[in-house]
Amino acid sequence: MTANPESKIKVSTPSDREVVTERAFDAPRTLVFDAHTKPDLVKRWLLGPPGWSMPVCEIDLRVGGKLRYVWQNDADGTSFGMTGVYKEIVAAERIVHTEFFSDNWTGGEALITTVFAKKAGKTTVTITMLFASKEARDGAVATGMTDGMESSYRMLEDVLRSTAAA
Amino acid sequence: MTPAERLDATFAALADPTRRAILARLASGEASVSELAEPFAMSQPAISKHLKVLERAGLIVSGRDAQRRPRKIDAAPLAEAAGWIERYREIWEANYQRLDALLDEMKRAGAGKKRKTKE
Repeated sequence: MTANPESKIKVSTPSDREVVTERAFDAPRTLVFDAHTKPDLVKRWLLGPPGWSMPVCEIDLRVGGKLRYVWQNDADGTSFGMTGVYKEIVAAERIVHTEFFSDNWTGGEALITTVFAKKAGKTTVTITMLFASKEARDGAVATGMTDGMESSYRMLEDVLRSTAAA
Repeated sequence: MTPAERLDATFAALADPTRRAILARLASGEASVSELAEPFAMSQPAISKHLKVLERAGLIVSGRDAQRRPRKIDAAPLAEAAGWIERYREIWEANYQRLDALLDEMKRAGAGKKRKTKE
């Protein structure tokens, strides 16, 4: 399988409180939807950085139904979890749900809208993450998914320390 | 401002020793314009000019106290400058490559079933 540059994910921040990702998949919408909503399938790919597994994946796919994910670091056994509630479900088209992370990175609940669309023979998945505030948005994506915030604070500390020393 | 323009503004804002010193002061808590001007042999209007540059870059925000209007540091543009979006994209691309492989498996399984029912 050759790498297809068109298949790379697009990430944007259309407003202070949002992150939007978009990615095309070479598969019908029903399969892509199943991969996002059946626990045995979700566990196979929604894993984050290397070294993490997903020991818990519970999905009650109906309006008002709950979802619960727990990820675990294989090396040191630390884990963190996410819970949420489904608000809207249109099979193979659209899911809206809330998310709340165990360390409260999201500064309260985030509202996640996932749209599955047919585009040029492929399925495009667009996810809009709406956070409670700008700080929550910045904190969640930087801290929750990456160590970006930590490294940016370290960078700031270095700059400020050298400024103070000057 | 596009993300690229914001990045430019962030680096331009940081490329000045007075502005970096202002950020250093704000890192330990919010401060008013007069409080910020104090350590510098600089007039308040001169300090205000620096504050405007920092505000435009999104590195500081004004507080709601109408009289004092204290400034607060905002680390998000720094996180962006440090490339958090890139890291986020990498992690999600890794997730999605696993999903690509899973979808291929699911398509093959589906095609296999069709062949069986045709026989």
